[in-house]
Amino acid sequence: MSLAKHYPDKPDKVYFFGTCLIDLLYPEAGLAGMQLIKREGVQVIFPQDQTCCGQPAWNSGYRDETRAVVLNQIRTFPQDYPIVVPSGSCAGMLRHHYPEVFKGLPEAGLVEDFSQRVFELTEFLVNVLKIELQDLGEPTKVALHTACSARREMGVADEHEALLRQLGNVQLVEQARKAECCGFGGTFAVKHPDISAAMVADKAQAISDTGAEQLVSGDCGCLMNITGYMQHQDVGPQNHHIRGQHIASFLWERTNAAES
Amino acid sequence: MQQKAEFDQRVQKALNNPQLRRNFRIAMDGLMEKRSNAFPDKVALEALRVTGANIRANALAKQLELLEQLEANCTRNGIQVHWAETIEQANRIVLDIMQRHNASRMIKGKSMVSEEMELNHFLEAQGNSCIESDLGEYIIQLDHETPSHIIAPAIHKSKQEIARLFKEKHPDIPYSEDIETMTRSARKVLRSKFYEAEVGLSGVNFAVAETGTLCLVENEGNGRMCTTVPPVHIAVTGIEKVVEKLADVPPLLKLLTGSAAGQHISTYFNMISSPRKPGERDGPTEVHLVLLDNQRSRIYADEELFDSLRCIRCGACMNHCPVYTRIGGHAYGSLIPGPIGSVIEPQKFGLENFGVLPTASTLCGACGEVCPVKIPLPKLLHRLRYEQVRSDHTGATIGQGSQRSAKEALIWKLWSWAHANPAVYRGGTRLAGLFRGIIPNKIGPWTRVRTAPKIAPKSLHQLAREEGFDNE
Repeated sequence: MSLAKHYPDKPDKVYFFGTCLIDLLYPEAGLAGMQLIKREGVQVIFPQDQTCCGQPAWNSGYRDETRAVVLNQIRTFPQDYPIVVPSGSCAGMLRHHYPEVFKGLPEAGLVEDFSQRVFELTEFLVNVLKIELQDLGEPTKVALHTACSARREMGVADEHEALLRQLGNVQLVEQARKAECCGFGGTFAVKHPDISAAMVADKAQAISDTGAEQLVSGDCGCLMNITGYMQHQDVGPQNHHIRGQHIASFLWERTNAAES
Repeated sequence: MQQKAEFDQRVQKALNNPQLRRNFRIAMDGLMEKRSNAFPDKVALEALRVTGANIRANALAKQLELLEQLEANCTRNGIQVHWAETIEQANRIVLDIMQRHNASRMIKGKSMVSEEMELNHFLEAQGNSCIESDLGEYIIQLDHETPSHIIAPAIHKSKQEIARLFKEKHPDIPYSEDIETMTRSARKVLRSKFYEAEVGLSGVNFAVAETGTLCLVENEGNGRMCTTVPPVHIAVTGIEKVVEKLADVPPLLKLLTGSAAGQHISTYFNMISSPRKPGERDGPTEVHLVLLDNQRSRIYADEELFDSLRCIRCGACMNHCPVYTRIGGHAYGSLIPGPIGSVIEPQKFGLENFGVLPTASTLCGACGEVCPVKIPLPKLLHRLRYEQVRSDHTGATIGQGSQRSAKEALIWKLWSWAHANPAVYRGGTRLAGLFRGIIPNKIGPWTRVRTAPKIAPKSLHQLAREEGFDNE
């Protein structure tokens, strides 16, 4: 869906914004994303002062509290390099919501410049690096859950799929109602746990029904929600747990000679 | 936080009702599929949505002028125009008209504005009868319920449940679960009501300023009966329903019927332009138009929230909402449920009463994606989340700041401090990694149905340093 989005030529250097969820819970996914870019001959810079995109406070209505956090990220990525983000949700915040956070304020121009440089990982791999993957893994059946923000805000659902389709031994299966939300929604899952639970139950079942051995997603929030539910509730074919992985980890694991 | 507790209770009730869950899932899947089939060409649909959005935006931009023009042209056509700032005024206007005609029986076509006015309650309290003639509305009136969907008010009921209800209320009619048989029996009951009623009431889908025409979209013919059989017709509508010209109607109609139920056009489309003229053989002798404000002017004054007035009430946002599909319309506790209800109702009836609704969304964006007039629903839900916890008072919304709690505000202040100071943040993640073994694996409601995520021994910050990725 990447409508009329302008992609730059392959750069020498990029910034990597790891996201706080990956930082704390799924660091291997962040590292895999950085290694995928590095393997294409691009220098990856990971500024140590990065923290969180600010989305939790923003979506809870705490706009002043969001601004302080946003300004930290703006300061932390000063050069004119693309900023690659392994999450549709956080990339959506950086790219589409940062300008709203500072709408009408003196920093608006600065923030706009920052936001224009933000790319979600899979769109960067496909449209900027034009990556070509060689599948070294065993044959497997994979279900993909694309985060709502990746699909609707960033428009990168096709890029997620395109990368998986490059892998010769991967059979991509499609779950029922694949575009429906998994029920995570950040603070939604905490404020409305019962509705969230009803949604993730359906999502887990739909994925399990495909007979997939693996679940891949470009967003760790969804992954944490769906796999957490599957493990707790024993959802899966013949009670074996469907392995959940961030798409970066999955791609790196299957294409890196040292790991396969 | 009483509203939250009450909302949670209604949600629980809905989630624990497998029949209700099934009814909504099946109905919403069907409506989504119908809409998708009605607009096979996605590029053409997008162009039509842009047209629709522009027509509505243009009408709103010129609203004052168009309303005056509408009044002038309606009056010229013989339609009597009444203005109501509040629900009380609107109800009073309707009652006055009825009293002037010594009328006590009203037959109603489907009208969400009359629901907003709680007109039935009001008139019944004054000793009048109001019969709903839209099949869905008729069903819920029999069961003393409110609509669970703006287009399909009885969508929460299965045909078996409706059959049992009919049997209970009309013991003389043989029990049947066949939809056509049930529809026929409702039709038979209603037929005499049309003739008995002294007043017919309807809503308005589009009020055309240029010609003074009231457009009414319906599928059952009951709307036409309500507006032509009784001697007096009263149309009630919100002031935002005005459009500039007749040429604006076809694109909006196509968007409305296609988005709502996947129809290329509705079975009936009524254009009401005057009462019965001399020499004409049918039609009401009086037509009244009641234009209701009820906070719409306040919404109009805000440059963002203003967009919610573009709504043409198709219901597509609720059909596509994963939350609505799970909990159904009644759980919202508001007249209009789903995403558009969560945007409009708190603005009309206060965040102190309905502030919980904008939080009951994952902001997944499905609603905004299908809205035929491109209302940025996720953005407006987001804005109302801000409105309810902001600490200044601009008066943009009713109940502004009413949901702010000192505890939550403090949590976000601390959160902000930790994430705006990289050293604090890194210290925190390092501690989390070190003490990951003793961090509880039960984290509130999250772990009721999920295992707790595991904190990694080393953060990405640490791994990036160790793997030699540059800091700048």
